[in-house]
Amino acid sequence: MSDAEVTAVARDLRKSFKGPDGTAFFAVDGISLAVRAGELTALVGPDGAGKTTLMRMIAGLLKPDAGSLSVLGIDVAADPQLVQDRISYMPQRFGLYEDLSVQENLDLYADLHGVPQEERKERFSRMLEMTDLARFTKRPAGKLSGGMKQKLGLACTLVRSPDLLLLDEPSVGVDPLSRRDLWKIVQQLVDEEKLSVIISTSYMDEAERCAQVFVMNKGRLLASGQPDSLRSRARDLTFTATPPQGTPARELQARLIDRPDLIVDAVPKGGNVSFIRREDADDARLRELLNGVPVEPRTEELEDAFMMMLRQQEEQEGGTAAKPARDAVAVETGSNGDKPVIVVRDLVRKFGDFTAVASTSFDVAQGEIFGLLGPNGAGKTTTFRMLCGLLPATSGHLEVAGLNLRKARAEARGRIGYVSQKFALYGNLSVRENLEFFGGAYGLRGNALRSRVAAVLEQFDLAPSAQSGILPAGYKQRLAMATGLLHEPDILFLDEPTSGIDPLARRAFWRTITSLAQGGVTIVITTHFMEEAEYCDRIAIQDAGEMLALGAPIDVRKQAGDVGRDMNSAFIAIVEQGRAERDRQKAAA
Amino acid sequence: MTRLIVYISQVLSLIRKEMLTLVKDPANRTLLFVPAIMQALLYGYGATLDLTHAPYAVLDQSRGAASTELLARLDGTGVFQRTATLTSSSQIAARIDSGEALLVISIPSDFETRLAAGQEAPLQLILDGRNSTTASLASAYVGAIVTSWNSTRGISAQITIERRAWFNPNLESRWNMMPALIATLSMIQTLMLAALSVAREREQGTFDQLLVTPLTPLQILIGKAVPSMLVGMLQSTLIFLIIRFWFQIPMNGSVWLLYLGVGMFTLASIGIGLSISAVSLTMQQAMLYTFILLMPLMLLSGLLTPVRNMPEVLQVVTYINPVRFGIDLVRRVYLEGATFADIAFNFVPLLAVGAVTLPLAAWLFRNRLS
Repeated sequence: MSDAEVTAVARDLRKSFKGPDGTAFFAVDGISLAVRAGELTALVGPDGAGKTTLMRMIAGLLKPDAGSLSVLGIDVAADPQLVQDRISYMPQRFGLYEDLSVQENLDLYADLHGVPQEERKERFSRMLEMTDLARFTKRPAGKLSGGMKQKLGLACTLVRSPDLLLLDEPSVGVDPLSRRDLWKIVQQLVDEEKLSVIISTSYMDEAERCAQVFVMNKGRLLASGQPDSLRSRARDLTFTATPPQGTPARELQARLIDRPDLIVDAVPKGGNVSFIRREDADDARLRELLNGVPVEPRTEELEDAFMMMLRQQEEQEGGTAAKPARDAVAVETGSNGDKPVIVVRDLVRKFGDFTAVASTSFDVAQGEIFGLLGPNGAGKTTTFRMLCGLLPATSGHLEVAGLNLRKARAEARGRIGYVSQKFALYGNLSVRENLEFFGGAYGLRGNALRSRVAAVLEQFDLAPSAQSGILPAGYKQRLAMATGLLHEPDILFLDEPTSGIDPLARRAFWRTITSLAQGGVTIVITTHFMEEAEYCDRIAIQDAGEMLALGAPIDVRKQAGDVGRDMNSAFIAIVEQGRAERDRQKAAA
Repeated sequence: MTRLIVYISQVLSLIRKEMLTLVKDPANRTLLFVPAIMQALLYGYGATLDLTHAPYAVLDQSRGAASTELLARLDGTGVFQRTATLTSSSQIAARIDSGEALLVISIPSDFETRLAAGQEAPLQLILDGRNSTTASLASAYVGAIVTSWNSTRGISAQITIERRAWFNPNLESRWNMMPALIATLSMIQTLMLAALSVAREREQGTFDQLLVTPLTPLQILIGKAVPSMLVGMLQSTLIFLIIRFWFQIPMNGSVWLLYLGVGMFTLASIGIGLSISAVSLTMQQAMLYTFILLMPLMLLSGLLTPVRNMPEVLQVVTYINPVRFGIDLVRRVYLEGATFADIAFNFVPLLAVGAVTLPLAAWLFRNRLS
């Protein structure tokens, strides 16, 4: 490869930071790679893989501790300004000026980058057309939706034509529809302008669209190559198993994933279970495990190869992050027969003139896993917060664990557990202190408190004296779960519990959820990983405050029609159908 | 009965948690005591209004025995230090401008002869009016010295004033200032502590986790108020000890009454702090609101300037300022030895502020518009 063909070359690159516990760790730990020019290149890996650190080093914003890095033929460490003059970098949280309009933001960034006036007109109109923001040029950036903000950020990054475009997780926190639009724009730029783009992502389906993929985890490069060649690592190892009629796929999935000696990975999908067997798995034992359920081979995907790589690295390091929490002891829940534990009737929430949730009704049965899905701003968070009693409803009937949330608020709250999206426990307290406090707040004391704390410590494999704030992400989440389950609630509310934790920890997390549901705990969960909806018994899809779909994942996919091949496309189809319907009604009225 | 026990044990675990988070952070630990002690010492030594050091310059054009005697009296006070002896009136301006001399005494050439002739002999005093307080103090001192010199020369005024300052015989401004600190210094800290307590939880997302527990707003209020109260009282005690035993300002009143007053005052401050906290979404907002509020609270308190000197409108406003009554209460109990009956009225505004702000804070915990 000659220099003309590569846009960035790294050799044995290292960068360390001080961790929260004061010890240094390598965010980028000896990475060597060559990125080809004129192509779309993906840096793929879970959170904490070192993608952002690597990006920032390429952009000349961080100095490497060791190794060499040349971008566009320039040594970045020696002359970062020269590199920065020729590249465009969009960080994860792009600095839009929220009070300025879309046009003013574009003008400002054009001024900052010294784009000549005569070039602006053409460039702006192209950017606005691509991002479909032309209609909103006068709107303040702060009033745009999350997806539109991200598109504006991209437009501002591209006010000039760079030689290399760096995009750091542009699709984080963006719903599937906006995610699709964003990728369309990037693809167009690469096709039409032969732009070199390095994009980091934790979504495998996004990596699949790139010409070159670098798989990273824990600061190391696990593999690199074209998606096809990476995918082939999982060839002949991927299968689909169909669970017996009447049992949820997640139970079969749980059985499979509990056997890491035979199975690399298993996830529920479309009522079946997609799994990867280990290459060295004993056939007889595998047959025994599958216990006669029908098994079909399926085409491998990049995700499969990725899971294999992660699992491999995990085993080499002897890590335990993927170890699921111990089986939950069946929780004694007040037996109330077939009566639903959550009843929602005509629930409405308005903020001033804005209707965040419009007349929503549904029930959740005991022991059910119920998923709330929707694009950003769809009203799912508002619904969720009303269910937990964090937000009063404007009107409607809301019953949780047999108690009316309007009348017996404190009592109803005593029957639910809550795990928030962000780590929301006291970081400078130890694990035990956190548990003892929340136990006390739920009215546990004396022996009852001690035995419950001991029980959840064991169930979630937590060290009592560790300081909560510096636990690894996966363990923080376990602690949050442990806190939510301390008082043996009837219902557990989980708000985006799997964002920000790596795929292995996510598997372990869902394994815990599955066993909790088996123990009779009702689970209400929101997630932005559409494939996780497959673990749910029923899901609800909301958009613009309206309930668009409600039912078992398989029924929701049927509602989406032919395109409902996977949850992600089913979701997009349903939301788009809903929006088209609304537009028709508006036009008719 | 068990309900009550559960209720109390819930509050206790919240108090315990608050105290733990408070003392676990080393930065927090220092913050609890060091600023209070430091500020008490700084106020005691630094913020005194008494004139103890006054540099001056002399332009003595008479050069007689009388002028020498007068100057010797001035130097003899220990307060006035001569920094320059001038020879021409053109040098005066430079001394005052540079701040080298606070005042210049100009003795005219006919001073001696006029005195000898039994005539009035004017002295000129040029003062640096940029600091009007010290200038007028210095002028009064010089006046007093001249008067006493006059009397030794057999010229005495018809009327003399014998002054007796009660409660502060030497009118030391430290005596006036320091007891007020028992209230004000710890107030700044408790206000800040309370203002940050809920805002910190909102910012870090822990407040939602707290709100989903069965704890009622009242329980959260108690759980948040008690630790701030303890810290406030502890700081007041520290400052009290420094004032009483380090600066040795004698205490005339009852310690119990003092504590009752300071306690009520702290509660009112906590109410204000928690209300600020319940409104704020971030710690930064809470800090900002606190600082905006602190200035008028202090200025309208009578700490530095008497409330009676303010325009009437502002005097009315001071009635909702707990700091005014807190300071008044502490000063009167400490210096004057006031009894409960003497200061009973001071409790009314304090209780009123607490009775409004504490329930307001509790209500805001859950009903803050998001």
